[in-house]
Amino acid sequence: MESRRVSAEPAIALPRRPVKIRIRHLVKRFRSLTAIEDVSLDIEEGTFFAIVGPSGCGKTTLLRILGGLDEVTSGEVEIADPAPGRPKYSMVFQGDSIFPWMTVRENAAYGLKMRKAPTAVIDRAVARYLDRTGLTRFSHLYPHQLSGGMRQRVSIARAFANDPEVLLMDEPFSALDEQNRTILQQELLRIWEVDKKTVVFITHSVDEAVTLADKIMVMTASPGRAKTVIDVSLERPRNVLELRNDPRYGKIVYGIWGHLKDEVERARH
Amino acid sequence: MSASDIADIGTAAPAVDVGEEARLRAKRRDRIISVASPLGLLLAWELAAQASLIDVRFFPAPSSIIGTLIDMAKAGELVENVAITLRRIALGFMLGGVPAIGIGIAMGLWRPIRALVDPLIAATYPIPKSSLMPLILLICGLGEMSKIVMVAIGVFYPMAINATAGVLQINQIYLDVGKSYRASRWDTFRTIALPGALPFIMTGVKLGAGLALILIAVAEMVGAKSGIGYMIWSAWETFAVKKMYVGLLVVAVIGFVISLVLNEVERVVIRWKADA
Repeated sequence: MESRRVSAEPAIALPRRPVKIRIRHLVKRFRSLTAIEDVSLDIEEGTFFAIVGPSGCGKTTLLRILGGLDEVTSGEVEIADPAPGRPKYSMVFQGDSIFPWMTVRENAAYGLKMRKAPTAVIDRAVARYLDRTGLTRFSHLYPHQLSGGMRQRVSIARAFANDPEVLLMDEPFSALDEQNRTILQQELLRIWEVDKKTVVFITHSVDEAVTLADKIMVMTASPGRAKTVIDVSLERPRNVLELRNDPRYGKIVYGIWGHLKDEVERARH
Repeated sequence: MSASDIADIGTAAPAVDVGEEARLRAKRRDRIISVASPLGLLLAWELAAQASLIDVRFFPAPSSIIGTLIDMAKAGELVENVAITLRRIALGFMLGGVPAIGIGIAMGLWRPIRALVDPLIAATYPIPKSSLMPLILLICGLGEMSKIVMVAIGVFYPMAINATAGVLQINQIYLDVGKSYRASRWDTFRTIALPGALPFIMTGVKLGAGLALILIAVAEMVGAKSGIGYMIWSAWETFAVKKMYVGLLVVAVIGFVISLVLNEVERVVIRWKADA
């Protein structure tokens, strides 16, 4: 990839984009345990939004609530209505979530099939995203014939092919080895650059959050609260490897660790 | 790690070849023994019958049984009875198996249905199915239906129970994926629960096939004028011992062929499994 472009133009104050996801005073309790305590948040359209926090801080729960898999205890969570014919969101899960009994192609087509999209639309979207994730050659294989990295690519292709307005990603790369993770981060950025959907990306890796996101919310240890939201003013398109050599990158990572280390420490007790 | 893997690492190439060859030779020897053992028994039986060491009224020589088999096949009665029995098994499988898969998966997916149906299955499961024959004859009469129902009841239980177990062992994440992609109830059933439970359902089908064969034989002995079971029973009534043996042989072959077919079906329907 070409070297990172240095932004020459002065920072222009962009008009605020419409809010895509609005969270107000979200509280989630499991019996007596409070997982999330009063989180309020606006995520603007087209933002790549990462959430980091110590394990058990409720970040996955927050995403599951956004994805309709868990209910709020109190508060409001709202994703703006999508354009007609498009789903609000698609989710990429942590770990193996593609169906072992479907081929790569059938897996990628799943969301569209559930929406009863016309065959031509399904074929076109699936072909496009299998191509972008480098899976075209493997489209007729079953998941057990693929490596872990490839399976996670299928999961990403499935989410993108569904053409949602919001992508919810729950530590999608956490089960991968570091090399695969780096490769998939770059691929995700490349795919995302095309139409810049709103993304909510959960991770426990500060590096990953800084590499990918425009904004990062740091959550406190249990119960999870929004500790701070940090802007990542690194220009795009980004090169995952070059970034690591960028002093600003190190500074942002260091800054986030400053917020996080007390929480990690607290989570241990 | 197997012994041969250790040999791979620890010793020079020729030693590995020798080990490999010894293993192949042992495998070949085992296969020969497996084929030879039943043949040997038949041979001993034949010789003992020829030499009148055993009572041929009870244990007619295998060669004479084969002779009877050929006569019966030529007369057409054998093929006809086999066809009738197979038809009853097939129809019984459909009558019992299709609802078993539907109900079993529904029980696995939806708690209230499990709460509703589980006690009924638990309460009736221990009843020996063959003991229901008089009741079935009473309700369905002596026609085809009573035999088909007998088989259906037999296959229902193992298939329903295995279908439920199959759904319950499906990783929750797949159901979450379905929910998150807005799969309808029917789509959840069709695209997640059914394929996910299929390996277990196939086990149920195999168990059901074994039961079906037992039950159809019993049902035909008691309440039929056709089929392999009837053939065996009427052979006893007329003391046609060779015919009886032919019947037993044919039942064994049917069972064997069914299990071969089911293994093949299993291989095809769960080809997505890593170890299939």
